[in-house]
Amino acid sequence: MTAIAANLTPARWWHNRGVRRFMRHHLALLGIAMIAVLVLACVFGPYALPYDSLHIDLRARFAPPLSGHHYFGTDPLGRDLAVRLLMAGRVSLLVGFSAMLLSTLIGTFVGVTAGYRGGWIGAALMRTVDGFLSFPSIFLVLALAATLRPSPVMITIIIAVTSWMEVARIVEAEVRSLREREFVHAARMVGLSGRHIMLREILPNATGPIIVAASLTVARAILLEAYISFLGYGIQPPLPSWGNMLNGAQQYLASAPWLAIIPGAAITIAVTSFNFIGDGLRDALDVRDDHI
Amino acid sequence: MSGFLLNRFSQSIVLLVIVSMIGFTVLNFMPGGPLAQFGLDPGMTQKDIERLAEQLGLNRPLWIQYFDWAWRLVQGDWGHSFRDGAPVLAVIGRHLFATLLLMGTSTSLAIAIGSWIGIRSATHRYSLFDYCATVGAMVALSVPTFWFGLIGIYIFTLKLGWVPAGNMYTIGDGSVLDYLHHLILPSLVLSLVHVAIWSRYMRTATLDALSQDFVKTARAKGLSERRILLKHVVGNALLPMITLAGVQLPSILTGALVTETIFTWPGMGRLFLDSLGYSDYPMVMGLLIFSAILVVLGNLVADVLVAFVDPRIRLS
Repeated sequence: MTAIAANLTPARWWHNRGVRRFMRHHLALLGIAMIAVLVLACVFGPYALPYDSLHIDLRARFAPPLSGHHYFGTDPLGRDLAVRLLMAGRVSLLVGFSAMLLSTLIGTFVGVTAGYRGGWIGAALMRTVDGFLSFPSIFLVLALAATLRPSPVMITIIIAVTSWMEVARIVEAEVRSLREREFVHAARMVGLSGRHIMLREILPNATGPIIVAASLTVARAILLEAYISFLGYGIQPPLPSWGNMLNGAQQYLASAPWLAIIPGAAITIAVTSFNFIGDGLRDALDVRDDHI
Repeated sequence: MSGFLLNRFSQSIVLLVIVSMIGFTVLNFMPGGPLAQFGLDPGMTQKDIERLAEQLGLNRPLWIQYFDWAWRLVQGDWGHSFRDGAPVLAVIGRHLFATLLLMGTSTSLAIAIGSWIGIRSATHRYSLFDYCATVGAMVALSVPTFWFGLIGIYIFTLKLGWVPAGNMYTIGDGSVLDYLHHLILPSLVLSLVHVAIWSRYMRTATLDALSQDFVKTARAKGLSERRILLKHVVGNALLPMITLAGVQLPSILTGALVTETIFTWPGMGRLFLDSLGYSDYPMVMGLLIFSAILVVLGNLVADVLVAFVDPRIRLS
């Protein structure tokens, strides 16, 4: 009865359908705005600040935030945290974005091939996807990163080759259902090549789910980079990344908590924004998802 | 039923074979191979390394190495740690309990809290609580586990002094209460992401169940909303969560590795990181394969469990 009673209570402003839609899009817009601010700050910010990200000043070690011109304080070597945060943002965002591009490319290629060819090849490819998904991603990434030379490019590649599976799954399912549609039969009857049908007829119809998956992959890639850099196997100092700025932060937690709080907040803001954008795109492009 | 089980078992075996191939490939295509770490050792000449490769059979064709390795894996011979010569499987076994304890506690916590949030979100759909839960879940999914852990330590250990910052027990104590005391913060930290996932899932599942005909029947015969929820809705919504628990295993293991590192928890994750630091190739390889086997078996157990609980599958 309470459910019915609830329906009879006067509608609140947030019950309105339009408001609801706006709320969803509002979050996506907020996400876009935050990413825009982050990117602009990371690109232009370092020029506006009076310090260099590698400038060591032992007299200014562990300066707390808002002391002098050190808006976010300094680290154990007296380097300015604000400028390091922005320089690190360049690296982290670039790695996250490039890893997304590469993994989406791999995932789309595997997904289209498996979905369109089907049969033996399709089954083998999809079982490989299952196999990769069985590894906890960080074990695989760390094992690779620890033995390969960890340059930013290599980290990007490692993240990409361990996070393409979701895209592959989504694309495969989409292509498999599109394959039997009339327009594909028509294209086949006209005598178009398999490659043309895959790339020109089927793929454009699967862009919605790919875009949604890609936006969520950026979020995951940024997180993954942060994890492995935090653990010391990602981006190597002196090049700062949001993850490796946190690397030594735990031992100074009692005396200099801002060393841990500030870079972590930057990661959270960036990842949340991309998740908001992904969620908004899912609504806008009307892509169904099983959970979340 | 037996057909389903047979099918599911054979799928898992195929998956295990693929997993072992991926693991083997990943660790063998690395420049220098398993002996690369000795290249920098001044006490080793190129000749020594070649002799070692010969001795360990690393100069045979890859596919022969794979079959040899896989066969020994099946027999339980996982090699010996480069660090101290202990058998890999035994060392993993010693660290398994800590990881399972942490994962089990945090998963139980996540299911309990997540279910409560999810069900409340569904019964109070589009309420302010529902919105906060939705946005909160998306933020929770975005917080790096290690950052959440550091903030937890800062607040609850350094500022409030309520819980210890690390280790699994106090040396010289080790009572159940002491274990629990050490378990609170790491398991809460590890559960955050999963609370978000469970609550989202539970919301959808509850809404789904609420719209079913049997709920209308229950309402029509005058059951209270509370009884309908407990008797008819939650049970139906919880069933697929067993499967979801299996699907979540890799991400729980990933979280466990990070959590164990921060809280100096003596589990598999920390063992993995330590082994990486020592370039302990057999240990790294063993843990990589072991974690994947754990995931494959976990999913198998989840599916079999669902089959036994769900009469639609059990009776078919």
